Amino acid sequence: MLDISNLQTIEHDIIVVGAGGAGIRAAIECSMRGLSTGLVCKSLLGKAHTVMAEGGVAAALGNVDSRDHWKVHFRDTMRGGKFFNNWRMAELHAKHAPDRVRELEEWGAVFDRTDQGLISQRNFGGHRYPRLAHVGDRTGLEIIRTLQDKGVHQGFEIYMECACLDLIKSDGRISGMVGMWRESGSFVVFKAKAIILATGGGGKCWKITSNSWEYTGDGYGMAYEAGAELIDMEFTQFHPTGMVWPPSVRGTLVTEGVRGEGGILINNEGRRFMFENIPERFVAETADTQEEAARWLAGDRDARRPPELLTRDVVARAIRKEVKAGRGSPHGGAFLDIATQRSSQDIVRKLPSMYHQFKVLAELDITTETMEVGPTLHYFMGGVRVDADTQMTRVAGLFACGECAGGVHGANRLGGNSLSDLLVFGKLAGEGAFEYVQSEKKPTALDSEQVITIIKTATNILNRETGENPYLLHESLQEVMQSDVGIVRTESLLNQGINKLSGLWNKYKTVKAAGASQFNPGWHEALALRNMLITSEAVARAALMREESRGAHTRVDFPDEQDEWLKYNVVIKKNKDGTMGLKKSPHSQPGLELKRIANLTIEEMESEIKMERSKL
Amino acid sequence: MFRGDKTSGEMVNYKIDIDKGMVVLDVIHKIQAEQAGDLAVRWNCKAGKCGSCSVEINGKPKLSCMTRMNEYSDDETIYVRPIKTFPTIKDLVTDVSWNYDQNKKITPFSPHLKNKDKNGNYRMMQEDVDRVQEFRKCIECYLCQNVCHVLRDHDRKDRFIGPRFLIRLASLDMHPLDSVDRVPSVKDSFGSGMCNITRCCTDVCPEHIQLTDNGIIPLKERVVDRYYDPIKLLFRKLFRRNKPLRGA
Repeated sequence: MLDISNLQTIEHDIIVVGAGGAGIRAAIECSMRGLSTGLVCKSLLGKAHTVMAEGGVAAALGNVDSRDHWKVHFRDTMRGGKFFNNWRMAELHAKHAPDRVRELEEWGAVFDRTDQGLISQRNFGGHRYPRLAHVGDRTGLEIIRTLQDKGVHQGFEIYMECACLDLIKSDGRISGMVGMWRESGSFVVFKAKAIILATGGGGKCWKITSNSWEYTGDGYGMAYEAGAELIDMEFTQFHPTGMVWPPSVRGTLVTEGVRGEGGILINNEGRRFMFENIPERFVAETADTQEEAARWLAGDRDARRPPELLTRDVVARAIRKEVKAGRGSPHGGAFLDIATQRSSQDIVRKLPSMYHQFKVLAELDITTETMEVGPTLHYFMGGVRVDADTQMTRVAGLFACGECAGGVHGANRLGGNSLSDLLVFGKLAGEGAFEYVQSEKKPTALDSEQVITIIKTATNILNRETGENPYLLHESLQEVMQSDVGIVRTESLLNQGINKLSGLWNKYKTVKAAGASQFNPGWHEALALRNMLITSEAVARAALMREESRGAHTRVDFPDEQDEWLKYNVVIKKNKDGTMGLKKSPHSQPGLELKRIANLTIEEMESEIKMERSKL
Repeated sequence: MFRGDKTSGEMVNYKIDIDKGMVVLDVIHKIQAEQAGDLAVRWNCKAGKCGSCSVEINGKPKLSCMTRMNEYSDDETIYVRPIKTFPTIKDLVTDVSWNYDQNKKITPFSPHLKNKDKNGNYRMMQEDVDRVQEFRKCIECYLCQNVCHVLRDHDRKDRFIGPRFLIRLASLDMHPLDSVDRVPSVKDSFGSGMCNITRCCTDVCPEHIQLTDNGIIPLKERVVDRYYDPIKLLFRKLFRRNKPLRGA
């Protein structure tokens, strides 16, 4: 029998899980407010996937186009999300983003500048005005490094290369969690009054993804097991431009900044096919000739935006359509061309890491040649269901923020809204957790039985004589999600996928990692598989339930948006018998003012903002 | 491939079929999946942006995700070892925690608040931040720390902070908004004098940052100006114009 009194125990008021932008920002907030805070991450500090965010952080600073305003950012976000966003979250996001960006500058971030010396902003898909504060195409690195350097002096403890296995509850509230040091393979118990999940998404469930090994849906899996709800899991974003060649880098992200800087998409007949793919909702605000698109790129403020800058769901589906019709590039993508649109110097200065990435990984010079790109699983709009103002889940003491939480982006996220999301809601989660801890005076007691169960489940994977190879099981899972729960879905494919997943669940019961417990990636992979299976099943079942096409969720058998489905979110919770429970839950209703703003035409909006400002 | 831990280890031979376009990290992953499930390696982004997968390939410090297999000939044996300057934990994974300790010693950025306008904005011109941005491209792969002979051969981790953190100091020193004087710490705590400009760090930087010429040399000049320039010393003695020293 395992004796937990010998286990290493670490106690804090708050534990933050995950050290991407959201996690570090949340930890800074908790620590600034005087809470004893611990930050636990699977990798080394500063390596989280936030570094891969390239294009920028969206915030209505109005530095490049003074017409910008939080209301326009809010309207863009709602339209991009097909009005399925959590209205309150979208409002908070648009309102707070500018302050969060200015705060980063005060903490040492060095964004690219305008001629007046202000933070420069670039165009991006779905954003009405140039809105993305950026540093070349390495904005994520700038943000994570700034937060990291701020964080190490803030006074919270950082626990690196520690994988979190599961949460512990006492009397229905969070009281801690069990972690495993990846280096030694030994276990550690964290005692805390509250836990903030900032674990990112679950892209690793798919074969073609822009995500790294860490994105295994750990937050979804742990929250689900602890009795929290998942929301909007069917909305998985396929970024339209991932690399498609060579095979070893298939899925690696090509920033939307390429299109923001003027890049165009063409098929193998040389046609700019995005002009044929403008959805009705965006017709009035999108250029319909190459001539107008060119004027826009040259800076004409009256010209409308090129169709390449439509939202990601639209562009991804258009590329897929071209490939299906036999008009794709040699390796099954579309051509992305910046070489004919901008000078070599501009390309290298504005897109240095894209230049470098293609040069090294594909032996291709983007200043003279066209890239081949195709959709890649990039982001989860859905996630753990949280209260819009406090970020607390339905489990007392459990919070979630960043990609791990669902709601703000609705059915489709705009590029640049992720970095702002993680800053805004990282801070709010810190505030929410602070308030909760203030009101929660009772000391936390740990239930040793839960700890023992968690540890035994983990060690069984090593101790079995024989069993399934975790790497191969992961590969099978990726095949299922890629083929059956991909960018275009049908009832029969989804049913087939769910059946295959149940077969994989059975295999998972006998998964076996070879070797000892010290730094054993096979074991870590096996431990993450449970979370990936929960995540995959949640996506597949939610996608089957939602009988419409909206944003990133495309059902060929239900091709259009259905007003009836706008009224409901699909919410997932673990049933008492261990099966996955799904229900339709009424969608958050907006206040009248928010509804009015979101539905204004752009002309009405612009004149309203002008009026407002002239009164000041 | 090196297999072993801090106490012992050996080079183990793996034979594997490779596909077009593979990088060394792909090969490591394939070996992991097919032949050695417990092979330890660090990696994250697989696109040269996070700096996790630093190893020594045929003796050269490199990011394994950005090293293509076709750089080597078909019949060549490729040797992959952990970076040498930091203690091995297991296989290709090393203990780089010393670097995190060094970063913590640097006095954080602290802007002059008076430079903030009424809308909460600071102004900096692009040409004044180009150099700072060059240093901020650093992905903390620690390849420069690994090849720096002060750290690698002389093991003076007790006195020298290494090229990575000298350029971090330089980026703070050149930041138009910063208010802290770090020159005394550059000289005394961080050992800028120990670097004798062999430029090995610049050679291995995967981000092509000009560490030596643009960062370390100007920083050393600042120290020389402050402490070893006799005319300036006299000038300061007479007029006491030097600003009070803040921070470490």
